[in-house]
Amino acid sequence: MPKKPHAIIIGAGFTGCALAHDLALRGFSVTVVERGEIASGTSGRTHGLLHSGGRYCVTDQEAAIECIDENIILRKIAKQCIEFNSGLFIALNDADLEYAPKFVEGAEACHIPLEKLTGKEALQLEPNINPGVILAFRVPDGSFDPLRLALAFAASAHKNGARFLTFHDVTGLFQDGKGVVAGVEVWDRASDKKISLQGDIVINATGAWAGQVAAMAKVEVPVVPTPGVMVAFDKRLTQHVINRLNEPGDGDILLPQRRMTVIGTTSFEVDNVDYIPVIEDQVREMLERATELVPPVRNTKMRGVYMSARPLIGTIVQGRSLSRTFKCYDHQINDGIDGLVTITGGKATTCRIMAEKTADLVCQKLGIQSECHTSEIVLTSYRNFYQS
Amino acid sequence: MTDLWNISLIISRQKTARKRYFDTFQLEVNPDEYVLDAVERVWAFHDRGLAFRHACHHSTCGACAMLVNGVEKLTCITSIRSVTHNSGKLKIEPLRNFPVISDLVVDMSSFYTNLELARFTQVATLKDASLPYEKEQLDTTHERLVDCIECGMCVSACPAAHTSEKYHGPGVLAAYQHSYNQEKDQFLLEAVDCQDGVWRCHNAFECSSVCPSNVDPAWRIMNLRRIIIQTRLGRLFKK
Repeated sequence: MPKKPHAIIIGAGFTGCALAHDLALRGFSVTVVERGEIASGTSGRTHGLLHSGGRYCVTDQEAAIECIDENIILRKIAKQCIEFNSGLFIALNDADLEYAPKFVEGAEACHIPLEKLTGKEALQLEPNINPGVILAFRVPDGSFDPLRLALAFAASAHKNGARFLTFHDVTGLFQDGKGVVAGVEVWDRASDKKISLQGDIVINATGAWAGQVAAMAKVEVPVVPTPGVMVAFDKRLTQHVINRLNEPGDGDILLPQRRMTVIGTTSFEVDNVDYIPVIEDQVREMLERATELVPPVRNTKMRGVYMSARPLIGTIVQGRSLSRTFKCYDHQINDGIDGLVTITGGKATTCRIMAEKTADLVCQKLGIQSECHTSEIVLTSYRNFYQS
Repeated sequence: MTDLWNISLIISRQKTARKRYFDTFQLEVNPDEYVLDAVERVWAFHDRGLAFRHACHHSTCGACAMLVNGVEKLTCITSIRSVTHNSGKLKIEPLRNFPVISDLVVDMSSFYTNLELARFTQVATLKDASLPYEKEQLDTTHERLVDCIECGMCVSACPAAHTSEKYHGPGVLAAYQHSYNQEKDQFLLEAVDCQDGVWRCHNAFECSSVCPSNVDPAWRIMNLRRIIIQTRLGRLFKK
């Protein structure tokens, strides 16, 4: 039997874990190297919204279609860690009402199922929302537990033989005489030792840090780390996800999760993603916006505040106007460096399709014929990740 | 703008097969930031070797539980202001009653195995997700992620946890209560009706006092005992 091809994935966020699962199913020997633990970076700190695509159906239809397609698949394969209570897009003023026809048209174009509700019907469903609600649309949004979603993919990969080296920092990529990336050098923090790993392909799945890792092979990835603030309140004030019926803006999503309500988010750019301090003005702004959507937030205790850095694909435009879709870079085509692929951008909701497209590229590069099966296989319990 | 505080962070360090020691870091912090932020700052700016678990930063995942000045805390929602003072100390250690993997990271694999055996699911109806003594939720068609975030703090705080390696511990017993409440399967009762199940609990209630997530494991253990006794008595009178 020929030796299994060895794929080294850098990063155990949503993408890295989903990719490990995909490649393990396709018969690869997989090693994931991660400097923290599972979902220690952006993934863990995500808002937790399983998008219906409604948010993007007017401004970014490519991302919207990805969201609804993946939403339907995750409902099937990752039921264990998702609240499927749907979402409401609520209109509170004339500007929101003007947006409504565009929203309906966009949702139709992206095959997102909508249910139109009067203000009164919306208030019956969710008594805590702004009583001034004029119109609402119900969409198939959900809330997930970020760590457990990533863990479920990791556990499934682990079950199929993938090896996860957590608390291992990648310190360098090593290249052969022709410049082909042939493996990684890592520092095992638990034993304070350096080790080398050889692989047939190295995949940089480090999201907002993709530029830093790519720089180790002297190639560039146009990723723009774009953090936003999230504020968790100490009470579950609604059952549906509450969105503002308008173009994506700051503080326009209120997400119920466990006993909490989490509002997000803002959008600005930073250089250092390793530590992003909370900006107090943004927290005050979140409180204002949240109160507008769900007034009882005003009298609810704040439970936690945190920042998370989205990995947006950079172009000449900035921040919110960047697409929320993802991009897979074959550095052989772009930079003449073989053996290295970068996957970045995207959202938690679309992590499985990001992994599928990346695994397709990896198979194509290595001349392997293999199909993706991740949309059919229910993920194993996230707790199995910790079983030997 | 809040005045910044100078604090000493004294962190427990332990690498594979080496002796444990403490490292002290002087930090300038905003007291309204969380203990986890201070630990992350140490990693980001002072010592890249520091190993600690964290993910959601808002108390939904349970990864960042540690001992803060000797008490179990979910560090992502514990403000620095609530546990020390300006020019004060913060001693950070890994949870008790679990083997240490590295620095602040502990091995919770057997805890997870036992939660799995308890058939504990993370998503339940609103009614099943709340405690029976709480105000009844009217709408039961909605589901939510349950309260237990599997952080292990209850096991760390339990004075009986160390008395037997086989003891289920508060979190797992609470999980059995949760599953039994949903399924009413006698097997779940039999699994905890033993010396290392509900009867090893010493009624210290430490688990419920440290739980960051409203699980009330102690109440659930007492509830299981009551159900077990009722079932036994029921059998007695049937004979």
